[in-house]
Order: sequence, then C-alpha cells, then structure tokens
Amino acid sequence: MKAADTAWRHTLAKKPPVVTAPAAPTRLGVRKTYKLFIGGKFPRSESGRTYLVNGDNVALASRKDARDAVVAARAAQPKWAGATAYNRGQVLYRIAEMLESRRDEFAAQGVPVAEVEAAVDRWVWYAGWADKIAQVHGGANPVAGPFFNISAPEPTGVVAVVAPASFLGLVSVIAPAIVTGNTVVVLAAGPQAAVTLAEVLATSDVPGGVVNILTGNAAETAPWLASHDDVNAIDLAGVTDLDLATELERAAAGNLKRVLRPGDPENDFAGDPGLKPMVALLETKTVWHPKGF
Amino acid sequence: MFEYAPAPESRSVVDIAPSYGLFINGTFEAPGSTGGVFKTVNPATEEVLAEVSAAGPEDVDRAVAAARSAFGPWSALPGAERAKYLFRIARIIQERSRELAVLESLDNGKPIKESRDVDLPLVAAHFFYYAGWADKLEYAGFGENPRPIGVAAQVIPWNFPLLMLAWKIAPALATGNTVVLKPAETTPLSALFFADICRQADLPPGVVNIITGAGETGRTLVEHPGVDKVAFTGSTEVGRQIARSVAGTGKRLTLELGGKAANIVFDDAPIDQAVEGIVNGIFFNQGHVCCAGSRLLVQESAYDEVMESLKRRMATLRLGDPLDKNTDIGAINSAEQLERIRVLTDAGSQEGPERWSPPCELPAQGFWFAPTIFTGVTQAHRIAREEIFGPVLSVLTFRTPAEAIEKANNTPYGLSAGIWSEKGSLILAVADKLRAGVIWANTFNKFDPTSPFGGYKESGYGREGGRHGLEAYLG
Repeated sequence: MKAADTAWRHTLAKKPPVVTAPAAPTRLGVRKTYKLFIGGKFPRSESGRTYLVNGDNVALASRKDARDAVVAARAAQPKWAGATAYNRGQVLYRIAEMLESRRDEFAAQGVPVAEVEAAVDRWVWYAGWADKIAQVHGGANPVAGPFFNISAPEPTGVVAVVAPASFLGLVSVIAPAIVTGNTVVVLAAGPQAAVTLAEVLATSDVPGGVVNILTGNAAETAPWLASHDDVNAIDLAGVTDLDLATELERAAAGNLKRVLRPGDPENDFAGDPGLKPMVALLETKTVWHPKGF
Repeated sequence: MFEYAPAPESRSVVDIAPSYGLFINGTFEAPGSTGGVFKTVNPATEEVLAEVSAAGPEDVDRAVAAARSAFGPWSALPGAERAKYLFRIARIIQERSRELAVLESLDNGKPIKESRDVDLPLVAAHFFYYAGWADKLEYAGFGENPRPIGVAAQVIPWNFPLLMLAWKIAPALATGNTVVLKPAETTPLSALFFADICRQADLPPGVVNIITGAGETGRTLVEHPGVDKVAFTGSTEVGRQIARSVAGTGKRLTLELGGKAANIVFDDAPIDQAVEGIVNGIFFNQGHVCCAGSRLLVQESAYDEVMESLKRRMATLRLGDPLDKNTDIGAINSAEQLERIRVLTDAGSQEGPERWSPPCELPAQGFWFAPTIFTGVTQAHRIAREEIFGPVLSVLTFRTPAEAIEKANNTPYGLSAGIWSEKGSLILAVADKLRAGVIWANTFNKFDPTSPFGGYKESGYGREGGRHGLEAYLG
C-alpha cells in the first residue's frame, strides 16, 4: 500500500468528510471509427468525410476511394484467380471459422444470431464449390472431328457489387464472386457489420485487394463503378431505386460489363442460392487442339 | 505451279424470286404503310438478286404479336414434339444444302467451297444438336424445371447469314421460345429461304418470324416492349447501343460482338501447319469473321521463316468468282464494307507499317480486296487495335511467352486467340492466361455445335453452342 493512501485513510478516520466522496469513475469507452477496407488496409476516406450511423463514425467513401478500390481489386485479381481452387476453398473456409468465432460482435451490432450463423454456413457452402464448379459448369465437348475440346469456367475479373442491406445478403453476394477467382469492390449498406466483416476477412488469409469494402452512399459511388472501364461486371443486388438501377445498367454498357440486375427486395437470402450467383460471374473458355500421331 | 480451269457450281440449282415479303405468322406478307423495299445484290457482280421488304414499326408489331400468340402453345408442347420439328428442319436443310450453299455464296460473296463445306454442314448440325436437347432440358443443369423466356428478338450479321440464324433459332426453339429474327440488310435471302423451310416442316405459324430491313428495323425490334429476350451478333458499337437500350427493361440480353484476335506463333511451331492456320485464320471468309486471327504475333527467332512461307502461300490464294469451286477468296460483302477496309488499310499505310499483297488481279465488277499483310506493326497502330473485318493481317513480334500474352491481351476485345507450338505445357500455360472465349491451339477457325462460342470483355456476353448455349434462352 502506498503512503498517500495510508495518509488518506488516516485523515478519513480522524475527520469525517463534509462533502460526499467522488463516485468511482465510470470508464470512458473508446469509440471506433469504421474505416474503409481497400487493398487489405483500413484507410480513411481520402475525402476526409465521415458520417454518423447509430452514433458511430463511419467513413464516407468518395469517387477516388472507389477508384483506389478498383486499382487494388485489379492488382489482386490475377494472383487470386491463379491460386489453386483447393487454396481458394481453404481461404473461404478460414473465413467461416473466423466469422464463427466473432459471432457475438455481429450480434452486438444487431445482426440476429441465426443470420450470422447462416452467413457462416454460406461461407462453408461456397468454400466447397471452389474446386467443383469447373466440373459442374464446364466439360468435354464431343466435336465432330479429331480434336480435343474442353470448356472451362474462368472468373470474369473485377466485380463491383452494390450489396443488399442484410448481413446474410452481403455475404451471399461476396462469396459467389470471389470463390471462383474474381475480386470485388463492395458498396456496403450496413456499414458497421460490413467493416466488421472486413476485419474478419483481414484476419482470414484473404489476400489484400480480393475484397474491398466501401461505406457511404451507394447512389454517389456506384455510378463511378458502373462506368469504370477496368470493372468487368456489376452486381446491383442491393439497388432498390429502379431509376438508379437503370442508370447504372446503362452506364455499364460502356465497356459491356456483365450486369446482375436488382433482385427481389423481399429476398432474405435464406434459401439455396443455386449456381446462378457463381455462373453469372464466370466466363467460359473453350480450348481446341487437334489429335493425331 | 498448277493451272486451274474454271469449275463453277451451277447457279440454276437455286430459284430466287424477284421479290420477297416479310415472313409473319407463317405467311409471306407485304410490308405495311410504315415499311418499304430494298434490293439485295450479288457482291461479286453487283447484279440485283431480289427486291426485299423493309419492315417498319407496324410490321415489327405484327411479327412480335405473332410470336407472342405462338409462344403459349409452342412452350406447352412436350419437348419431344418440339425436338421432332427441329429434326425435320435439320433434315430439310441437309436435303436442300446444295441449293442453300449456292444461294449463300450469291448473296454473301463467300466461296462456294466454304458455304458448301463449312456453313451448310454446320447449320444442319446445329439444328440436329439442339433438337436433341428439347426433351432433356431438366438434365442440362439449369434447375429441375427450366422455363423458356418468351419472345426472342434476334438480329444477325451478314458474314455467316444462315449459320448465325441457326445459332440463334435452334437453341431458342429447343427451349420453347418463339422468335422474330432479322437478317442483315445485305444478306437477307437465306433467312427467307429458311422461312420456307419452316413451312415445309409444318412448324406452327408464328414460332419463327423473319423480318428483313436495315439497322432501323433492328432497332425497332430490339426496343419493342413485347420482346422478352434480345440476342445480337454484330459490331461492338451496336452491341453497346443495344445494351443501353435494354437497360431497365428487364429484357434478357446476349451479345456476340467484335474481336481482334491474336494468333501467336512460337519458334518451335510446325511452320507449314502454322502458316496454313494463319491463312485460314485471317483469309477464311474474306476475313469477315469476328473471331478472325487478325493480329499475327510471331516469335522473333521464327519471324523470317514464317514470313517467307506465309508470303509464298498467299501467292497461291485464288481470288475470284465465289461460285468457282477453286476459289479461296470471294467478294467483299458490300461497297460499304469495302470502304471501311480501305479507310483502315490506308490509315495502316500512313502510320508506317509496310504493306504487302501478292500479285492478284481483281475483277472489274463487284467488291474485291486483295489479301494484305502489314509488317512492322506496333500496338499503337489503328490496324492493330481496330477490327477491320477484311482480309488484312497485322504482323507483330515478341520474344518471350510473357510478352506474347501481354500483347495478345492488350485489347478491349476477347473473343478468340490462336497458339502454335509443339510444346504442350507451353500451350496450356498460355491458353490459361489468354483472356478470350475460344482458344485454338495448333488449329484455327474451327466450329462445332457442341462447342460453346462467345467472348470475354467487349466481345460480348453469353455463349452460343453446347450446353452453355441453352442458358441464354432459359428463364
């Protein structure tokens, strides 16, 4: 015990206080700023802008952030696509493990536990597809001639995603895009859960740049991605304003992006996703070679 | 050197009527007040072959309405019954293939050797292939109860008129859709003959409607609110316009657009075979091929040998009467296309590359362009970047596989590519890295109904052929 404390107690004992003692100090919480996730790092918006969501400070992504995210996604894409399918499957499974262990954080942000668990299971489901989709969606073509001929799926490239509001929806648009070797730039709707997911990804062996997450106003940033010449596809799953969806689809025609149109707004993503979300972001490559001695 | 006597195919096997109406709801009709007429010519002689109707908005309305009312019963037919219609069509095409081949060469200008040995056999095979799918759709991997989309608007180009029709109509009908198809303005005749084949096969009226006309007719059709699905093959620029116009309508869209394919020759390639492949890659069908190997990338160490052999081979190409069975290179399809080729090759000459053509006498009548190569081309030159769609080859060089891949992919297009080498592991590694939908290794310009065809990037989206080709027509 330190001398001062002793002295204080001594004083207290001798002379009752005339004023009440200060209450035990309540701990001041450390507020978290929810930042962007670009190229595996968590930068602030280059614009310096933030906005408040349920009392939290969230980065408000700008046009330049969107461009930076495309650069990061493009840089990461060849290596991610070139990884073995087994390896990509392992990485997705690791995401499921990490998400499982951080369920409580999402629950604290208001995501129902059942939905977090469904999202974990969705990562597991897609993890297993990594080394199977080529067999289901590709194959040998029995051409009428002495040729070896196969068709195999390949990733489309860089995919921009306007994510749906729900957490399960967010996972359900990212996972089918990246499992086949695409990289994504995601405009997230629920920023805290999305950035927390980014933290899961950042600690799950996902190479930097494979998933990039921007928070803010999708109506502001999406048009820049829709018209960006280095983006190969755009998923409008989370667009609820049909005029905006039309505008984005029209802008996407500039470099003939593959467009996934807005889905049913009532979709809770609970059902079997089927192959469509993966197949829509795949190209089919057919290779011919003559046979002969 | 051999001398050849002319060996012309008989023109009398085909009977072209002086004028044609629009094929709507099972009958040929004159266009309504908003329509008109135009002439289609033989590009080898500039002779008028027939007067053809230009469908106006009213005609498009009627064709779409006919397809709409046919859709219910047609999609409700058991797949096995739809299959039998398609088998019938395939058989009739086989039986009439000589007539159709001559017709195609007359209207398009392509050598009879190609229309007879490539186009027509592939057309029949395509219908035969998709006929077999009609009653097996639930096994195709698109869900347990795959449904058709509805009325398909299909717009096709002039380079393979009947083959592109087959690529569009066969999968659409097999899956239970109905069709309004517009052939290209300069090559409407084989589609009109196909309309007659539909009648011959007793295909229910309205299942296939053929409307002729120019770009404006195509635009009216594609933008028609009664259409559920749009399929287009043609230029990337028009593809972009269609993608814009379809935005927000919910119409499904597939596009097969332009290309600027690299044909990569490594120094260990079998040079004679590679040269045949280069020639087939760019001079087949006068280079009017979206997947043509229009950029030759030769490894520096093999450059002299390849170029010497290529020039020697080009000097033996026979250009002339498309109906002559010895002809290798026929007529350019239209005056407009000839002008485009001239503009781009003039730009090529002005930008510095060296231009070469073999001695080649061009007929006085008709639209002709001698097979041409440009050497010393760099990636910045227009002739290395823009699709010429003619018998014009741009030659570039490379040193390493990595450089070849980088140059090959340095284009907004991604339809096809070629690789020539004796080393299997090199072929597979390069094939993996090329961003193109069809890779021909030690071969080029091969097609088959079982083999999916279509592009990456700005060469469009969707696949035609194979199981993949069904997806474009299933909801």
